[in-house]
Amino acid sequence: MDLSYTPEEEEFRARLRAWLAKALPDLPPKPPATDWPARRAYDLGWQGRLHDAGYADVHWDASPTVRLIFLEETERAGAPYVGANFVGLLHAGPTIAAEGTAAQRARWLPPILRGEEVWCQGFSEPGAGSDLAALRTRARRDGDDYVVSGAKIWTSHAEVADWCELLVRTDPEAPRHRGISWLAMPMDALGVTVRPLRTLAGSTEFAEVFLDEVRVPVANRVGAEHDGWRVTMVTLSFERGTAFVGEVVACLRVLGELAREARANGRWDDPALRRRLGLLHAEFRALWRLTQWNVSEAQAGGGVPGVGGSVFKLRYSHARQELYDTAADVLGAASLDLGRGWTADRLSSLSYTIAAGTSQIQRNIVAERILGLPKGR
Amino acid sequence: MRFQLTEDQRALRAGTRELLARRFGPEALRAAVEEPRLDRGLWRELGAAGFFALRLPEADGGVGLGLPEAVLVFEEAGRALLPGPLVATHLAAGQVQGADTGETVVAAVDGSLVEWLAEADTVRGDATGAEPLHSVDPLTPLHAVRPSPAAPEAPAAALLAAPEDPAAAPLTAPEDPVAALLTAAEQLGTAGRVGELAVRHARAREQFGQPIGAFQAVKHLCADMLARTEIARVAVYAAAVTGDPLDIAGARLLADEAAVRGARDCLQVHGGMGFTWECDVHLHLKRAWVRAQRGVPATVRARELADALLADSVVQGSGLR
Ligand SMILES: Cc1cc2nc3c(=O)[nH]c(=O)nc-3n(C[C@H](O)[C@H](O)[C@H](O)COP(=O)(O)OP(=O)(O)OC[C@H]3O[C@@H](n4cnc5c(N)ncnc54)[C@H](O)[C@@H]3O)c2cc1C
Repeated sequence: MDLSYTPEEEEFRARLRAWLAKALPDLPPKPPATDWPARRAYDLGWQGRLHDAGYADVHWDASPTVRLIFLEETERAGAPYVGANFVGLLHAGPTIAAEGTAAQRARWLPPILRGEEVWCQGFSEPGAGSDLAALRTRARRDGDDYVVSGAKIWTSHAEVADWCELLVRTDPEAPRHRGISWLAMPMDALGVTVRPLRTLAGSTEFAEVFLDEVRVPVANRVGAEHDGWRVTMVTLSFERGTAFVGEVVACLRVLGELAREARANGRWDDPALRRRLGLLHAEFRALWRLTQWNVSEAQAGGGVPGVGGSVFKLRYSHARQELYDTAADVLGAASLDLGRGWTADRLSSLSYTIAAGTSQIQRNIVAERILGLPKGR
Repeated sequence: MRFQLTEDQRALRAGTRELLARRFGPEALRAAVEEPRLDRGLWRELGAAGFFALRLPEADGGVGLGLPEAVLVFEEAGRALLPGPLVATHLAAGQVQGADTGETVVAAVDGSLVEWLAEADTVRGDATGAEPLHSVDPLTPLHAVRPSPAAPEAPAAALLAAPEDPAAAPLTAPEDPVAALLTAAEQLGTAGRVGELAVRHARAREQFGQPIGAFQAVKHLCADMLARTEIARVAVYAAAVTGDPLDIAGARLLADEAAVRGARDCLQVHGGMGFTWECDVHLHLKRAWVRAQRGVPATVRARELADALLADSVVQGSGLR
C-alpha cells in the first residue's frame, strides 16, 4: 500500500501546475448559467487550450493515476469543469475509441479533443429510465440509412450539441437486450426537435428530444447491429469511473469554507453542527482514499473501472447532499436566498441520487454483482 | 501511487486468517464464550507468529514491519473475534518484558475501563481500586476504574472547549493514535465479517418461496453494509500508510460505524435466529460496542475533524495527498 507518486507523475503534476498558473489568469469571464451558446463557447474554448498544451487526451490515453492528478490539479487551480465536453470526453469518445472503426475514430475523436464539437447522450426515454433496456425508439433500415422515430428525455446539453450518442431498437422481435444499436446522430438532422426542460433549479440543463423519421447513415453505427447494449455497458463503466475526482476535491474545499462561515456567523458554537462537519470531513477524506484505491486498482487491472464504482457513487451522492444540507444549517435563513452559491448547489445536489443510475439501482448492482445476491422476481 | 495490497501483504493476511481459523475456529470460540479464560498457548503462538513483535525492528528481535501490516493482522483478529488485550500487548512489545513473544499478557487502563485485568500479568496505567463489571461482551471481561484527576478525562475536557486560535489548537486527542487505529482495524474486520454472515444467510434462508436476499429491502441492507465497510477499509488502510492523526480519527469514526451498524443490520437479516445466544451475530455486536468505547468519545473525534477544517490548507485545496 503506497500513497506516494512516482517521479514521472510528480513531474507531470509540476508541469501541469506551472501551465495552469500561466493559462488561468487570461481565461475569459465565466458566462452566466442561462446563456447556453456562451457556455458552449467557453467550455469548448477551454478544451481547445488544453488540446494545444498537450492535455487533450488525458481522459483516454493517460494512466488512471495521471488522470487523477490532472483532475485534482485542474480543480485545485480553479480551472473550468469539462462542462459541455462531458459526454464527448467521458462517454461517447471513449466508446468510439474502444468500439469504433478506424474511419469512425478519425471522424469523431479529433473534434472532441480539439474542443470543436459537443456531444449529448440520448439513452433515457419517457418509458425507459432505470430500466434502460425497455427503450422503444425505433430504427428501421432503409438502404444505407436507418430511419429513426421516437422520443428521448433528460438529454443534457441537447440544445447545444452537434452529435448525440443514441440508443435505438433495431430489432423489436429480439429479446430486449439483443435488439439495440448505438448510433451517432447529427443533432441538425431533419426531424430532430429539441424542447428544453426546466429543472427545479430554474435552469434548462436538459431537454426532451423528439425524433420523427430522422435519417441516420448506417455508417454512423458503432459496433455491430443489435449489439448496442454491450457497447453501452462499455460507456456506462466509464461513467462510473474517475468522473468525480474533481468534485471530491471541491467538496473538501467547500467544507473548509463552511467551517469558516460558521465561525464568522456564530453557528460554530453549536456542537451538533460541528459534529456534522467533522463527520463530513471524515467521509470526504475517505471518498478521496476510495478514489485513490479505485484508480490504483484500475491501473493494476488495465484500465476499465469495474462495479466498485457503484460503492463510490452510492456514498458520494449521499455525502454531497449531506454537505449542502449542512451548508443550509450553517447559513440559516440565508439558505433560502438563491443569491448564495451554496443554495443553488444544494438544489443541484438533489440530482445526484438520481442521474447516472439512482441510489436504489446502485444498491441493486452492489448486491447482485458484488455480493451475488439473487435477482428479485 | 499503488494503493492496493502488495503480494507480501496479501500473504500476511492469508497466513493470519489461516492461523486463526486453525487455532480459534468455531468450537474454540464457543468454548471461550462459556469460559472466558485467556488461552496462554494461543497467546504464545500469536507471539511466535509475530503478532505482537510485528512493528519492532528486526535488530530488536521484531518482524520489522509497519502500521499497514499491523492493520491487516488486527483486521483478521477482529474478523475472528479473537479475545484478549491484543492492542495493549502489541503496544507494549519492546517496552514490557515478554510482551513481544506472547509470554507476558499486558492489559491497559483506557479511560475508566480495563479489559482483561484479572488475566493479565502486567497492567499499564493506574488500576488501583478497579472493580469488576458484569461485561456485556461474554468474551471481554471488564473492570471499572475511577479516573484519577490527571487521567485522560482532563485533556479530553480541554479539547471540548473552543480553542482560541483554531489553527494552533492541538489536533491530537489524548490517546495513543496507534491504539485508535488498531481498534479501527479490528472494527473493520467485524464489519467485513458480519457483512459476509448477512449475505450468506440472505442467500440460504427462503421465505415466500424465494431466498430473502432477493427482496430488495434485505438486498439494500446488505449493499449498504458493504459500502460502509469499503469506505471504512480505505480510510483505515490510508491512515496506516500516512499515520496522520486526522486520518486515524476519521478512520476510527467510519470503522466504529461500519462495525456497530453492520452488526445491527446483520442481526436484522437473521430474523429471530439473530436474537439467539447460539448465533454468532450478538458476539460481533457486543465486541463492536466494547471497542467503540476505547479512547476518546466519538464526539471528540468528530470535533477534532471539524476544527481541522479551519486550516488554510483545506480552503486552498491542498489538505490531502
Ligand atoms: C440532472 C440529470 C441529467 C441527466 N442527463 C441525462 C442524459 O444526458 N442522457 C440520458 O440519457 N439520461 C439522462 N438522465 C436520466 C437519468 O439517467 C434517469 O433519470 C435515471 O436513470 C432514472 O430514470 P427515471 O428518471 O426514469 O426514474 P425511474 O426509473 O422511473 O425511477 C423512479 C424511482 O423508482 C426507483 N426504481 C426504479 N427501478 C427500480 C428498481 N428496479 N428497484 C428499486 N427502485 C427502482 C428509482 O430508484 C427512483 O427512485 C439525467 C437525469 C438527471 C436527473
